[in-house]
Amino acid sequence: MANLALTGIRKTYPNGAVAVRGVDMTIDDGEFIVFVGPSGCGKSTLLRMVAGLESITEGSIHIGDRLINDVSPADRDVAMVFQNYALYPHMTVRGNMSYGLKNRGMPKEEINKRVNDAASLLRIGDYLDRQPNELSGGQRQRVAMGRAIVREPEVFLFDEPLSNLDAKLRVQMRIEIKRLQRRLNVTSIYVTHDQTEAMTLADRLAVINDGKIEQMGAPIELYNNPATLFVATFIGAPQMNLLPAQFDGEKLISNTLSLSGYDGLPQSQNLILGIRPDTLRTDDNGQLEMRVDLVEQHGADNLIYGAILNSENTDSEETEFCFKTGQEVMPEIDSTLRLGFDPDKTLIFDKESGDRLR
Amino acid sequence: MKRVQFEHSSIPYLFVAPQIAIIVIFFLWPAAQAIYQSFLLEDAFGLSSQFVWFRNYSDTILSTSWLQSAGFTAIFSLLVTFLSLSLALLLAVKANEVIRGASTYKTTLMWAYAIAPPVAGLMGNLMFNPLIGDLYKFFNAIGWDFNHKLDAFDASFVVILISVWKQVSVNFIFFLSGLQGIPKAVNEASMMDCRSPTRRFWTITFPLLAPTTFFLMVINITYAFFETFGIIDTTTQGAPGGATTTLVFKVYQDGFRGADLGGSSAQSVVLMILVLILTVVQFRYIERKVHY
Repeated sequence: MANLALTGIRKTYPNGAVAVRGVDMTIDDGEFIVFVGPSGCGKSTLLRMVAGLESITEGSIHIGDRLINDVSPADRDVAMVFQNYALYPHMTVRGNMSYGLKNRGMPKEEINKRVNDAASLLRIGDYLDRQPNELSGGQRQRVAMGRAIVREPEVFLFDEPLSNLDAKLRVQMRIEIKRLQRRLNVTSIYVTHDQTEAMTLADRLAVINDGKIEQMGAPIELYNNPATLFVATFIGAPQMNLLPAQFDGEKLISNTLSLSGYDGLPQSQNLILGIRPDTLRTDDNGQLEMRVDLVEQHGADNLIYGAILNSENTDSEETEFCFKTGQEVMPEIDSTLRLGFDPDKTLIFDKESGDRLR
Repeated sequence: MKRVQFEHSSIPYLFVAPQIAIIVIFFLWPAAQAIYQSFLLEDAFGLSSQFVWFRNYSDTILSTSWLQSAGFTAIFSLLVTFLSLSLALLLAVKANEVIRGASTYKTTLMWAYAIAPPVAGLMGNLMFNPLIGDLYKFFNAIGWDFNHKLDAFDASFVVILISVWKQVSVNFIFFLSGLQGIPKAVNEASMMDCRSPTRRFWTITFPLLAPTTFFLMVINITYAFFETFGIIDTTTQGAPGGATTTLVFKVYQDGFRGADLGGSSAQSVVLMILVLILTVVQFRYIERKVHY
């Protein structure tokens, strides 16, 4: 096991497109890192650069003390689980799992031992002699993981491994991956665009946007203290509510809202007030008025969607709003709800730069 | 279970009628004629004929010239198939790795596909012409006493070379599309599992190309048996001394040049049976090893 260091990593494609623009990070031994971001943000490219499947335009990657920039993928001591499993269709499950070991000249007994151990760990022992096309999606996923595990690599790489599974299986495999990683204690990088997967799996989370790390830290830290508007809206489901706001030096004004207690903010017309849907509560004296147009019942929770009423400038667009509450709150469609919130739990961003101000 | 029954109508038969007519007129009827003819012995002028049972067959199969032709056909088909497949595979693998100007490479390699076998034969004739042929001069210049008009090996070399050249482009197209059908991620997974590109090719790429290879093998053997007629007819015409006479060419020679319609028909029936056996063998024993 070893730590992994990325220094000044950049990737420019021959056609001039820049996929990764300067990434620095150090991943500790045994740590589970998740790269999360919208599609096309460069997270997969970054992972593939670690794997050796993508050349590195600039910067360096070290595993332990070893510089691996120009080391071939097979010699990097990393194993990867692909999105569509990438199993060898003409080999049995056992063949798939032992292929990498055979090519490294490992003795037969050792290969068999490792394959059997991994198979029992992943509960695919009964399928070892089957072909991949005889397996279900979840089973193929396990085989793909088994193929990585038997290698006993320094680093595991996961490229959206659960995105081809159905929702139920995805949750189940997510838990298994986490357990497995804890148990094997192998440094891992996991790429996903699903913020739930990211939140639940990661020891540390790197939110990537437009080829740069937007913020990196423990998932709950990123949820509570997002550094930018992008991180705040990307992490957390349902998404954070955003209201345009101004600060005149005394009060924060947003639509009908007028809030005090924001000393120290710069005077600005271009602010954004962020309120998480779960920090709202029904309150007869609340300052927010919301017209309900949709209620989603999730069982324990209700998600109430609607628009914030804007009494002052009625010609401007209404702001979409979401309110997360218990199942007992069940307003009529088109009724009006009064909502209150704790100003301490709100976040303020600069509209232009997206930086968090408070 | 209730089965849906449509009202019977003759229209579907009408639609397939042209196809059936073509098969009957151009395949079944001539084949039946050939089988019938193969039992007849005609006089040299074609004025009378006599039913002789299997004499045409025994005469054919026991004759040295037929056995020589069968031997040549076997070697010729094997070599043409093997060489054109392996060359095409090599070219396809290399072309598939090219990134810059990939389409130019591919188009250039596919060009020969548009050439008909007799035209390929004529081009070969020019290149091997003892007076103006560049290849003829080249081989003699490098110390090979080359003369395909006299030497059986040299003549075989010429027809094999032209036949392979003509067929490589077809195989190339199929191999290339086969290679592009292998998922990118499978290649990448194998790159992480295996350092040696050669080993990767034989353990991953080649097995995954097996369906393509099998299909092409069937096509190429058929090509070598039948379609090379045009090439042989325009180059060596079976010379010297029947050394480059394939079975198909011999059918033509004996039937239309030698006016031995009965013997020629018997040969074509034997040829039909041989191809049938070959096809059965291919599908029985080789296809089993192919993963689709």
